[in-house]
Parts: sequence; structure tokens; C-alpha cells
Amino acid sequence: MGFIRNPKDVLSGLLFIALAVIFGLQTQQLAMGTAVRMGPGYFPLLLSVLMGIFGLIVLINGLRFEGDRTTSIAWRALILLTACTVFFGAAIRPLGFLPTLAITVFVSALASQKFRLTTALAITVVMVVFCWAVFILGLGLPLSLLGPACCRGSGRSPPSPCCCRSPSACRRCRR
Amino acid sequence: MLLPITFGLPPVSALIMLAGIYYGAQYGGSTTAILINLPGESSSVVTAIDGHQMARQGRAGAALATAALGSFFAGTVATFLLAVFAPPLADLALQFGPPEYFSLMVLGLVASVTLASGSVVKALAMIVLGLLLGLAGQDIYTGVPRFDFNVPDLADGFDFVALAMGMFGLGEIIRNLEDESQRSLVAAKVKSLMLTKDEFKAIIAPVLRGTVLGSFLGILPGGGAMLSSFAAYSIEKKISKTPGRFGKGAIEGVAGPESANNAGAQTSFIPMLTLGIPSNPVMALMIGALIIQGITPGPNVVTEKPDLFWGVIASMWIGNFMLVLLNLPLIGIWVRLLTVPYHILFPAIVAFCCIGVYSVNNNTFDVYTMALFGVLGYVLVKLDCEPAPLLLGFVIGPMLEEYLRRAMLISRGDASVFVTRPISAVLLFLAAAALVVVLLPSVQKTREEAFKE
Repeated sequence: MGFIRNPKDVLSGLLFIALAVIFGLQTQQLAMGTAVRMGPGYFPLLLSVLMGIFGLIVLINGLRFEGDRTTSIAWRALILLTACTVFFGAAIRPLGFLPTLAITVFVSALASQKFRLTTALAITVVMVVFCWAVFILGLGLPLSLLGPACCRGSGRSPPSPCCCRSPSACRRCRR
Repeated sequence: MLLPITFGLPPVSALIMLAGIYYGAQYGGSTTAILINLPGESSSVVTAIDGHQMARQGRAGAALATAALGSFFAGTVATFLLAVFAPPLADLALQFGPPEYFSLMVLGLVASVTLASGSVVKALAMIVLGLLLGLAGQDIYTGVPRFDFNVPDLADGFDFVALAMGMFGLGEIIRNLEDESQRSLVAAKVKSLMLTKDEFKAIIAPVLRGTVLGSFLGILPGGGAMLSSFAAYSIEKKISKTPGRFGKGAIEGVAGPESANNAGAQTSFIPMLTLGIPSNPVMALMIGALIIQGITPGPNVVTEKPDLFWGVIASMWIGNFMLVLLNLPLIGIWVRLLTVPYHILFPAIVAFCCIGVYSVNNNTFDVYTMALFGVLGYVLVKLDCEPAPLLLGFVIGPMLEEYLRRAMLISRGDASVFVTRPISAVLLFLAAAALVVVLLPSVQKTREEAFKE
């Protein structure tokens, strides 16, 4: 790769510098104050500069010294796991605990290269039952098992405990 | 992973439970290290070297018993030390002014760098990144939101649990899924747990040495269990008459490090309970738990919450005792649990992370935060940047800034206050010295070797 001797160091150096610039620019909107009475921006700016310097050192080291190549990236795991975490956050209120959990577990099981449908389904079932027992029965977390989105179509009232935050969509809450 | 479970508990039980999990892990880590050559904790890496060799030779029982006895003895001694030294140290801490606190935290952060494997500069950069992330949210003096990127949910800063679970939970899982080639799990059979007389004699000295070493290293900020076990192993190897046996099943190589890591694990509570400064990432987690419980860790814990303080100390000793009782008969079950393949285990971990993070504040934003830090954690690990210093920086960040500001107010903006006050000067000098020492080429070389082993 030409003059880049250690891609890992070069990349991490660049990453640190980029983050330092982002944080540093953010501090520009904040009052600096003086050394005696430091404003909210004083210490963060100091740190941003410091991180930029460290990033530069790492970058230069990466150009000077030989190092390991970067290894391949686990795209499948990265994308799937991030996606199912985001899904969990987005769906827990409208869909409710049980369906959200089931989908999260099943999709995350897809991330493994050793994915097999039967085992994935088995894990899903076991996890849903287990989590229900531990978190709902055992610890009494205030999560609705089925969210308002599930009850709307069926015409049934949602099961208790209902703690959905959109009263207009939920029969029990409307009362 | 179990952090959210403690939220519903009263503070004393919560801390005791976390402490129990912590040293339970120290001990459990050695079990897996010995039996299947899979260290559960970084501090039992060295135990695996000789412990697993012993298991291969059919002496798994002896190795386990050594680890248990050594840990128990070291734990007892270290708990005693903690009970004796923590209160006077807390008194001393009350005399600390802002400059001393600032210097002490700098020392702690620098010391943690010396332990991170890999590049020192990268670890420093990770600490600074952690400090910056820790500063996000409202400024304590002026109430001005900082680093909120115009997201209202960030007004209170990043959630600690979300950050920790993203970095260590999700990030780690993604990395593990990279290479799924089957780990060879040679689960060794456990025959007899009894030690022969000769073996018993052989372990007494290493256990004593390990205990002393671990107790001292544990108190140092940034020290703790891992450094102790590495140091103990190299000492045992150095003073042994037959260093050639090390790496091939030397019982001293199990006894020394195991005692040291347990002693170090216990005494690392001292700086946390008395000064409120975490000496390692696990302590940082525990401080996070305390803060969630509404307790500010610091010198006042000893005087204001004596039940908490003494409760933890008493629980340590009982915990150590229980571990010996519980673990030895249950080893067979642990081994079977460990053979559960990773691709079945990890969806469960993902689910626990999600539920855990969500249930802390019933806030979906925290779940997104976790996803973000999962990706960041993975990228950083890929680039050989260890996430542990970042976590330490994250917890210390707000405190560091507060003490810096206060110190500057007191000194009227004169930065020399940090070197003219004696305690602060000594602490900063130690920090500088530690940094110079790790950067020395000769030390760097041995460090690399130590982490390769």
C-alpha cells in the first residue's frame, strides 16, 4: 500500500483526528471563559486538541512503522446486529415486548454463519419464554407484552399491564 | 450484563451483588482457564498457561483446588487489609483538595494506560475520547447543553449503561462472529480434588507471595487483578529453581497468579470506596451502579453509609468462602454450560443487552445509543484500540473537569497549583514517571512479551 505501512494505525489516527475536529467544532458554540472561571467550552476544547495531537502521533507512527494488515470485516454480523438493536428500540413501544423480542432474537441469530432455521427458532422460543419469566414475572418490568399496534387490528383490548404511551391508539388507555 | 437487575435492589444489596459477581468472575475465570483453556477474564490468562497443562496431564482437580485455596487465602488477607486500611485512607482523602483529586485522577488514567495491551498513544487517545464523551450533556455550572448535536435526548449526556453494553456487549459479539471456526474444547475430566502433601508444600510460598504482591498492586490506581497476576507469574518463574517447568504444568504457576489476582481484585475496592476513583473498568462500572443508586462514591461513603461499607467488606469474605464451597462440587455443571456453542449463546446476550438498556430509563433512545456504540466499539477493536480506557475516561470525565475548574478557581487561574501542593505534585510526578517508564523501549519489549504469553 505504498507509504502506508500500518493501515490500522493510519485509520485509527484519522478517526481520532476526525473526532477531535468534530468535538472541537462543537465547542466553538460554547463560552470559553478564562482559566480562573472556566466556561463550558474550556475543558472540552483542551481535550479535543489533546486528542487531535494523539491522533496525529498515531497517524505518523502508522506511516513510519510496519504493522498488521486489517482483517476482513464481519459485515453480516455488524449490519444485522445493529439493525436488530435499532429495531428493538423502535418496536418495543408500538409492538410490545413479546413480538419485539422474538424478532430481535431471531434476526440476531441470522448473524452467525452457522445459522440453522431449527436452532434459530428454538433459541427464539426459549428466549421469549425465559425473558418473559425473568423480566416480566420475576422483576416486574413495566413493559406491555403486546403493544397497541397489535391490538388495533384485532379489536381486542390490549392485555394488562398496559403502559403504552399513545393513548389514542389503545383502547384500555382511552378509558 | 447483570447491571440492570441491581436497579431494583437496595443500595447495599446491589453493591454486594455486583462485588460478588466481580470476584466470582475472577474465580470462575480460572475454572474455565484450567479446564478448557479459555480464560474467562483477562486476569486468568496466565492461569491458563500452566493450569490447562496440568489438566491435560490429568491433574485438573489439583489445579482447581490450588486455585480455590489460593484465592480463598488471598481473599481473606486482602479483605482484612481493606477493613484495616480503608477508613484511615478515607480520613486522609477528606484532606484532599480539588488539585489533589485532579492529580489523582490523572494518575489513575495514566496508570490504566500502562496496562492496556498495544499502543500507549492509542490508549491515551481512547481515554481522551472517553473524557469527551463523558462531558456530553448539560454543563454543571451554567446548564448549557454540550455536544448534544441538537438531539434533545442527549441533554443528560450519553447513558453509561448503553455505552458500556454497546462497547463491551455488542462490539465484542460482532468481533467474535468474525471468526467462527470451532474453538477446540478439550474439556478435561476432573478426577480428584485432593492435593498431595508435596503439592501442598509447593504452593504455600507462591500463595503468600502472590497475596502480598496482589494486595499492593491492587491498591494502585489502574492496577488491580490483571497486573497482579502477570507480575506474580513472572516472579514465580524468576525465583523458581526449575523455570523450565513453567508452561508445562507447574503448580506454582497456578497458585501465585491466582492468589495475586484475587488479592488485587479485593484491594482495588480501596481507592473506589475511599476516594471514589475507579481503579479499573469494572470499578468504573460499579461506580456507575452506585451513582444510579443515588450514592456518590467518595470518602464520605465510609462515614455516611457505614452499613454499605462494612456490608461490602463482610460480604467479600463470606463470598470468598461460598465460592470455594459452591464451585468445587459444581464444576461438572459449569463445564457442560461452557460447551454451549457460541452461535446459540450470542442471540441471548443481544436480547439481554437490549432489554437491560431499555429498562434502565424506559428510554428507546438509549437503545439507539447502544447500537451506535456497538458499531464504534467494533471499529475501534478492529483498529487495535482497546475500549477499556475509554470507559474509564467516560466515568472520570465529569469529575475531572469539575475538580480542574474548582482548583483553578481556588488558585485564581494559576496552573502551578498542581505542582506546588506537595501531595498533588507527588501524584503528578508518579503519573509522569509511569508514562515515561512504559515508553522506554526496553520496558515496551517485555510488555509485548507479557501480553503475548
